[in-house]
Amino acid sequence: MGALTKADIAEMLYDELGLNKRESKEIVECFFEEIRVALENNEQVKLSGFGNFDLRNKSTRPGRNPKTGEEIPIQARRVVTFKPGQKLKVRVEKYAGTK
Amino acid sequence: MTKSELIEKIARQQDQLPPKDVELAVKVILEDLAQELANNGRIEIRGFGSFSLHFREPRQGRNPKTGEKVELPGKYVPYFKPGKELRDRVNNGMHKS
Repeated sequence: MGALTKADIAEMLYDELGLNKRESKEIVECFFEEIRVALENNEQVKLSGFGNFDLRNKSTRPGRNPKTGEEIPIQARRVVTFKPGQKLKVRVEKYAGTK
Repeated sequence: MTKSELIEKIARQQDQLPPKDVELAVKVILEDLAQELANNGRIEIRGFGSFSLHFREPRQGRNPKTGEKVELPGKYVPYFKPGKELRDRVNNGMHKS
């Protein structure tokens, strides 16, 4: 089975809520875009029951080109991490062992 | 940004829809994502990132109160890998401010 995509989620909104196809597609697009905008503005995103998208600042550190062995510093950067909420963790854990 | 703030932002852009519908839609989206993960499915949102489950091996832990050893069974945990557009935008956000 393939991965769940934006098209699948839009289909679900169309089926379950009776929104039209255009509205469904726009809401899904908007949902992910607004999360990106918040994160881009250094704002944590907290979706209760699902999880939090947090930001972490990483300082410059020495790195290496794995092919040539040449030393190149890795620039300071900001990264996104996802911390699943308790509810999601419990739902997912239940899956263990039934693969 | 919280879930209700996210709902408000989407509702402002979808002003032909009653805010109640937007609220419901956000709940359905989150439930859809959670359900997919609960079935060990994978989620791929281009430009945003992908969600999947990672397996944590069984290990020996300790009860922090008593110091007693306990066997912790293996389990699945949700994992998110940010996509390129999200990584770049977040990183550019830092260099702008």
